[in-house]
Amino acid sequence: MSKSNITYSNADYYVPDSSRWPLIASVSIFTMFVGGATLLNGANIGPYVLSVGFILFVYMLFGWFGDVIAESEAGTYNGQVDVSFRMGMAWFIFSEVMFFAAFFGALYYARMYSIPWLGGAGSGGATNEFLWPEFASAWPLFNTPDSYGFTQFKEVIGAWGVPFWNTLILLTSGVTCTWAHWGLKIGSRKHLIAGLSVTVILGIIFVAMQAEEYRHAYHALGLTLNSGIYGATFFLLTGFHGFHVTMGTIMLATILARCVKGHFTHENHFGFEACAWYWHFVDVVWIGLFIFVYWV
Amino acid sequence: MSEVATHHHDDHHGAHPTGIMRWLTTTNHKDIGTLYLLFSLMMFFIGGTMAMIIRLELFQPGLQFVDPQFYNSMVTMHALIMIFGAVMPAWTGFANWMIPMMIGAPDMALPRLNNWSFWILPFAFTMLLSTLFMPGGAPAGGWTMYPPLVLQTGDAFPFLIFAVHFMGASSIAGAINVVATVFNMRAPGMTLMKLPLFVWTWIITGFLLIASIPVLAGAVTMLLTDKFFGTAFFSAAGGGDPVMFQHIFWFFGHPEVYILILPAFGIVSAIIPTFARKPLFGYSSMVYATGAIAFLSFIVWAHHMFTVGMPLAGELFFMYTTVLIAVPTGVKVFNWVATMWQSSMTFETPMLFALGFVILFTIGGFSGLMLGVTPVDFQYHDTYFVVAHFHYVLVTGAVFALMAGAYFWMPKWTGHMYDETLAKWHFWLSVISVNVLFFPQHFLGLAGMPRRIPDYAVQFADFNMVSSIGGLGYGISQILFVIIVVKCVRGGEKATDEVWEGAQGLEWTLSSPPPYHSFTEAPDPESITGGHR
Repeated sequence: MSKSNITYSNADYYVPDSSRWPLIASVSIFTMFVGGATLLNGANIGPYVLSVGFILFVYMLFGWFGDVIAESEAGTYNGQVDVSFRMGMAWFIFSEVMFFAAFFGALYYARMYSIPWLGGAGSGGATNEFLWPEFASAWPLFNTPDSYGFTQFKEVIGAWGVPFWNTLILLTSGVTCTWAHWGLKIGSRKHLIAGLSVTVILGIIFVAMQAEEYRHAYHALGLTLNSGIYGATFFLLTGFHGFHVTMGTIMLATILARCVKGHFTHENHFGFEACAWYWHFVDVVWIGLFIFVYWV
Repeated sequence: MSEVATHHHDDHHGAHPTGIMRWLTTTNHKDIGTLYLLFSLMMFFIGGTMAMIIRLELFQPGLQFVDPQFYNSMVTMHALIMIFGAVMPAWTGFANWMIPMMIGAPDMALPRLNNWSFWILPFAFTMLLSTLFMPGGAPAGGWTMYPPLVLQTGDAFPFLIFAVHFMGASSIAGAINVVATVFNMRAPGMTLMKLPLFVWTWIITGFLLIASIPVLAGAVTMLLTDKFFGTAFFSAAGGGDPVMFQHIFWFFGHPEVYILILPAFGIVSAIIPTFARKPLFGYSSMVYATGAIAFLSFIVWAHHMFTVGMPLAGELFFMYTTVLIAVPTGVKVFNWVATMWQSSMTFETPMLFALGFVILFTIGGFSGLMLGVTPVDFQYHDTYFVVAHFHYVLVTGAVFALMAGAYFWMPKWTGHMYDETLAKWHFWLSVISVNVLFFPQHFLGLAGMPRRIPDYAVQFADFNMVSSIGGLGYGISQILFVIIVVKCVRGGEKATDEVWEGAQGLEWTLSSPPPYHSFTEAPDPESITGGHR
């Protein structure tokens, strides 16, 4: 990670000018949180506050990234700034990995411990006997210990339908993303734009298919967020991942627009690479989801 | 004054905004460090006021001043504010001020992100504090937010969750910045094993933050969906398990306690060699011990929940790993003591606080060792013994190290010496009152007084009264600190560049106060000796 063999003179060091964007970021997210919280509490004003915050947030994204892109295109940054950006993005992705780890942890814990214990395994004999003696440990958990307040579902989403095709789509998009990177490196804008366009389209198809899968789960199968621990882990893990794919697609689309405008050179394209890393990260998380949520 | 310090390149990057806009939009590590430290001090007093309310209610048995719900809100909010609002931002403030100066850099690696990580905090804490005025009151289920209790929170609930998300984002951004700064901005010649220990402890703290805070975010997100979207993560009726929350929470929570204390180790490792006028004993063993503590911190979490019900193998595993932490921690304590052995010590205020830290933190460490032993913990769990334990490690540990660091570097920051007489008063009043405050709580806990209870059996009355008197004394003594800081900022004896006779390290080669951008030119590699502290 650390390139100790490269030394930069501090005289060349770049400290950015003061910026109002971080403050606007805080204000906008604060507004969204307050709006979201009042909405959850059932106040009528919630959605309006949330929308104002969201608009401000989007304005901030355009402003802050716009400034950075302008500075980057003006050649303000040097190699050291580039390394700082890389480290920042890499550690950010690692923090996202740990975010997903919490939800995967919940899935594993439910499957390995809480459901078997409720079914009487290990030291859970008394739990089963006195709380829900009819409950039998199973996965997928069609019958929750107590059916009151939970939606029953008929069937789960199999691994070899839509999820399998989505796996192929995401893996292919990883390849096309690398194709675009290769195009950028050899200085071929044609390959770059073609590869990136295909990646963005594949991302959109993935999200669309995921949305269709959700619609099917909710309407045809009765599988909802409210379907006990199976529905909870299923929708939170896939939903959180789907949100990340949506973000990644928006990021790549932004990069595509920049490529069309002629940004990036074959040796200076951190913005592209950061989004590519992010894309590969959501790709890898999906493999985990496919194996542990859909398959085994 | 060294040659480096005479260069001023303040006008290098164009005009800086002045007035309030300077502070709102700044990208300067010193400005941001100052903001962090002032914010932390403010939160320290808000959280401290809540502690005063708690001790007031506990002065005598019976319910005198507040109703139990509000009492529980105070307990919950006091913890959240002290942990996320006072101690963590204080460490980030120290990191901002000191790390670029210690590694010979002009500024932090990601200055705008730096500004953002600070300016999240006032908004996040506005959200959290606003819950005090909401229907249903502020969160009262404890800072650990265990379900199902926390799900009974009123309108405050989503505000609590979002505030935790928000301050978590701030911590992660701050940690990423520190890690990127240390790995990317070191002056030529500043190799990793020459880094001052404060920098080392902070990189490791940074790793802990980046790895653990997202897990907290995940845990509270599941609370949110359980409350509002019908999920069953923490509901046994739906196949989930409330105990699962505790596992996920403490997977964050245990690294978190090292996040609160590792930078303290770094500061004490800077102060003791300075006033002992001797190199730090066992520099590299300090680095490895810090790494070992950080690693172990990820595999001990369930010792916070021994009594909740766990397979025997789990109880044993978490007991062994927990007591194992005593080994690297012991290495540190012995190294500090060995540094002082046969040295020429003087006892200025930073040294007094550092010595107070070593002795009192060790007491907290020993009670932690007792709590780490599973069968013993069955007796102590959720009693005042636990309260005494973590206040010894966090108040006489983390907060004492913060005070030590503040006195140590205040002359460097302001360019003035602080009032040593008042500062010594501050130390002695603090160290006496804090022991009057927390030491009796050990006995209360051993006698069986439960924590988080506004009323208690009359047998506990005497020790509680003593503890409350100590609490009032400690609270009032901290006002002295504010007076000392204000006096020092406004004037005082001019500080030299080196400030302290035995001071070693790059930050002391800069002028007092240092130039706006710390090292605009890399320091002479020959001047980087390293390894000494």
